[in-house]
Amino acid sequence: MALPSYAGPGEIAWYYGYRFVCGLIFLFLIIPILVIIPLSFNSVPFFTFTPEMLSFDPAGYSLRWYKDFVNNPQWIHSLQNSFIIAIFSTILSTVLGTLAALGLSKPYTPYKAAIMGALISPMIVPLIISATGMFFFYTNVGLAQTHLGIILAHTALGTPFVVITVTATLVGFDQSLIRAAQNLGAAPPTVFFKVIMPLILPGVISGGLFAFITSFDEVVVVLFLADFDQRTIPLQMFSGLREQISPTILAVATILVTISILLLTSVELLRRRSERLRGMTPQ
Amino acid sequence: MAEATLDQGDLMRTADGTPLKISIARAMRRNKLKALALIAPLFVFILFSFLIPIIDMSLRSVDNSVIPDVLPNTVAALADWDGEGLPPEEAFAALAADMKAGRESRDIGKVATRLNYELSGMRGTVMGTARRIASVDEGPYQEALIKANKDWSDPATWKLLKRLSSPYTMGYYLNAVDMRFDVDGNIEAQPDFRQIYVDLFLRTFWMSILITGLTILLGYPIAHLMATLPLRYSNLLMILVLLPFWTSLLVRTTAWIVMLQSEGVLNDLLVWVGVFSDDARPQLVYNKIGTIVAMTHILLPFMVLPLYSVMKTIPPSYMRAARSLGANQFTAFVRIYMPQTLSGIGAGSILVFILAIGYYITPALVGGTSGTLISNQIAYHMQQSLNWGLAAALGVILLATVIALYFLYNRIVGVDKMKLG
Amino acid sequence: MKNTLRYTTVGLAGAVTMAFAFSAQAVELGVVSWGGAYTASQLKAYHQPYMKANSDVTLNSIDYSGGLAEVRAQSEAGNVTWDLVDVVVSDAIRGCDEGLFMEIDHDEMLAKAPDGTPPSKDFLEGTLSDCFIPQIIYSTAFAYRTDAFKGEQPKTMADVFNLEKFPGKRTLQRAPINNLEWALIADGVPAKDVYEVLDTPEGVDRAFAKLDTIKDEVIWWTEGAVPAQLLADGEVVFGTGYNGRLFSAIEEEKQPLAIIWDGQVLDIDGWAIPSGGKHKDEVLEFVKFATDTQRLADQAKYISYGPARNSSLPLVGKHAELGIDMAPHMPTKYADQGFLTDFQWWADNRDELNERFEAWLQQ
Repeated sequence: MALPSYAGPGEIAWYYGYRFVCGLIFLFLIIPILVIIPLSFNSVPFFTFTPEMLSFDPAGYSLRWYKDFVNNPQWIHSLQNSFIIAIFSTILSTVLGTLAALGLSKPYTPYKAAIMGALISPMIVPLIISATGMFFFYTNVGLAQTHLGIILAHTALGTPFVVITVTATLVGFDQSLIRAAQNLGAAPPTVFFKVIMPLILPGVISGGLFAFITSFDEVVVVLFLADFDQRTIPLQMFSGLREQISPTILAVATILVTISILLLTSVELLRRRSERLRGMTPQ
Repeated sequence: MAEATLDQGDLMRTADGTPLKISIARAMRRNKLKALALIAPLFVFILFSFLIPIIDMSLRSVDNSVIPDVLPNTVAALADWDGEGLPPEEAFAALAADMKAGRESRDIGKVATRLNYELSGMRGTVMGTARRIASVDEGPYQEALIKANKDWSDPATWKLLKRLSSPYTMGYYLNAVDMRFDVDGNIEAQPDFRQIYVDLFLRTFWMSILITGLTILLGYPIAHLMATLPLRYSNLLMILVLLPFWTSLLVRTTAWIVMLQSEGVLNDLLVWVGVFSDDARPQLVYNKIGTIVAMTHILLPFMVLPLYSVMKTIPPSYMRAARSLGANQFTAFVRIYMPQTLSGIGAGSILVFILAIGYYITPALVGGTSGTLISNQIAYHMQQSLNWGLAAALGVILLATVIALYFLYNRIVGVDKMKLG
Repeated sequence: MKNTLRYTTVGLAGAVTMAFAFSAQAVELGVVSWGGAYTASQLKAYHQPYMKANSDVTLNSIDYSGGLAEVRAQSEAGNVTWDLVDVVVSDAIRGCDEGLFMEIDHDEMLAKAPDGTPPSKDFLEGTLSDCFIPQIIYSTAFAYRTDAFKGEQPKTMADVFNLEKFPGKRTLQRAPINNLEWALIADGVPAKDVYEVLDTPEGVDRAFAKLDTIKDEVIWWTEGAVPAQLLADGEVVFGTGYNGRLFSAIEEEKQPLAIIWDGQVLDIDGWAIPSGGKHKDEVLEFVKFATDTQRLADQAKYISYGPARNSSLPLVGKHAELGIDMAPHMPTKYADQGFLTDFQWWADNRDELNERFEAWLQQ
């Protein structure tokens, strides 16, 4: 949208005014996330920029909240739990979701809309309702307050993302490739691992990353299903924010922002690779 | 290809002599089963780990089994009572027997809790009566019960019991919309000072609509900018949208508390610039403003992404054509460009709205008293007041709204076209 | 690519094994309490000495935020995993009525006082109930910032509600309980008549009307740690809080705060044992130890809550770390300025008043 050479003064003003407004909106999106990063290095227990920080005096900055985080067994325990739960639920939801997406993408699958609706319902239903439902049911079957229970609950919440991303990868998938492989004598597992998998892998991995972040970030279900042993980072942050806000939370938040930057980069790289593989030009 | 040959007179046959039609049908069935077999593991898993729990929870909203279970004799004795005056002596005797048994099995407290939802004070009436009647071994029970608690001389108490005899009740749904049954079982409004849920639903709705509107207002310009910029710039800008999208909800909520609290970054800035004096800092968090600002920020990417993918498909030549045909920039934008983006607006709006009306965490942390939503009330009844029937009824109403919106979304966009990131 | 499948299988197996490893161990008791400084005082006074003496028992401390939701759900499911819960007396009574907690024969199951007085006589009068084993007396009272007002300092409940004489924000708990009582006391009702007045619709109206007068100046809290923090940050000048938390803000963190004992609401906190638990005998053994005369007195070394036994009172000594005499910080010392909350009245009226209170907040 370069400014055309015939633009009048009004249009020039509009052009720059518009970009200025857009700039403000982008600032609105990104500033809150960036603001917590320097504040997490604050040397005093406040949530504001101290005069020392603003004058870039090294004494205004410190790693004390990071030390606090590392030396606090509760936070470390929560971090371990978050990873254990997220990793296992990611594996489960990736496997289940990929299989289902393969089934859903076949042109002759019956009741597609209904099945799709049921499978992605965990993404649509408000979390508080999912959490209450799971609270009663998982308590009944003895899975409440266990790691396994939370892993299963998060698997259910994560699968819709896998189903959706893998289905999206399969949209451009040429089903005749499968028939060609079969005609050439390949057994079904060979077809899957040699033909289908390499093509949908980017979708599978990015779905898996979505499942991972869903579990890693989830707090409502954990709030209802976990007791002290299953505490996760988001739950620890939630109760911390409700009680007394210590800047340690900002240190944790900064670490989480770093993790999300890593995840975002992986997903973007995968998306581009997937589009290249399917012969689509990258946008 | 196969269908084209079928209406020819001669039946086509496969190598082994089966008519082609049958063979194809068989192959199709096999393929269908294969496809379903791939879906089955996830379907069964979701069914057991998710759908059944939710249905199970929903049933609590009509469940009233505790009265017929714990007071079976009373329910039977009241079945024939016409509701005039006091019930016959058999009903008093049945209640006394049920109460003794209930006290023995320690289930009577459940009845007391249930009745207290309908009429405050019934808890004390039931528990007190059960304690006193335990030592009474012979009739007349009418006298004994009324002596234990004078509420049993009031026909209204008995009408309440009779009305709650059924194992199902609509009472929780009535409460969820600020109504109740009166003494005679007619539906009436709750007294003014107990009306809370309708207002809360309305607030949840209008705040969700407001947040959706704000995300359109903020999302449309930047989506348009990204869709029209050269790729290398728009990719860079896209990262600014995607980073918040991938950042933990708790982190973003924390960030807004840090930004908005009265000693926070924004207020410090405003005081420093001189908009407010130090002792007149505005309250920007723990109220509606906090919820609206934080949720708009959190949900904005869900608006930008569908808008962007729709705008990306609009050829820039349309706008140029309109301009060269004499439309000014504004007319060209409103008449040519905007109508083509409506589907993106629709998709984004429904998505944002669905997410907004079910929000719990952010309002709980930054909403104070005026910025909390219906989800927070559901959580309250789940964890604090323990009125699970009411929590379930509120949940089912919320769920029904979301499902209706989902169908709308599916109709407009199609779930299979949903894009993530 | 086959590796992927193998890793997945191994992973699944791992997940299942891990889940079992977490749930199946020897004699472990799940002891649920409020967390923070309170649980810390229990660990020092009860858990650690008990585990030292009984190496075969492990006490796992679990934090919760009160309420009976988990206990009731576990009981409905017939799968009780909590062995012992620290509850306020109103929850104990409600849970007892609903059959969620085991009935206790206090004289049979608990330790006698050193002079042989049976528990039913030794625990403070009016604190025992069917399923409840009292532990401490705590109070909820107002505190104010001592640097907020020049000249006359607030002393009574009426002062707290007097915005003209003592302007500034207040923080109160977001619940009707206590607030209604205080509103009536501030409005001139003597503490002993509060529940009689509240039992009439006019009394409730009067309480809400009095609360209306300060509503605009109130920040509502839901978590017990918040009021002390708001007071310390200077965001409010008055705040209600649990006296133990206020004590640590004043004595440990040296905040410029003072407690107004007038109108303090005394409440009892103690143990209840969920019925249907798997370790009934072991739990009773621990409770007997943890509620004996010496242990209850020991807890007061770490937190300023009063022991629930008469025989423990003389044994209350100095704070373990601060070295200050704890007796003047026990809420029981000022009992005559406050009143005991009426559990039965609240059990009957809680549902309706909570709704009314929420509706009132939204207006």
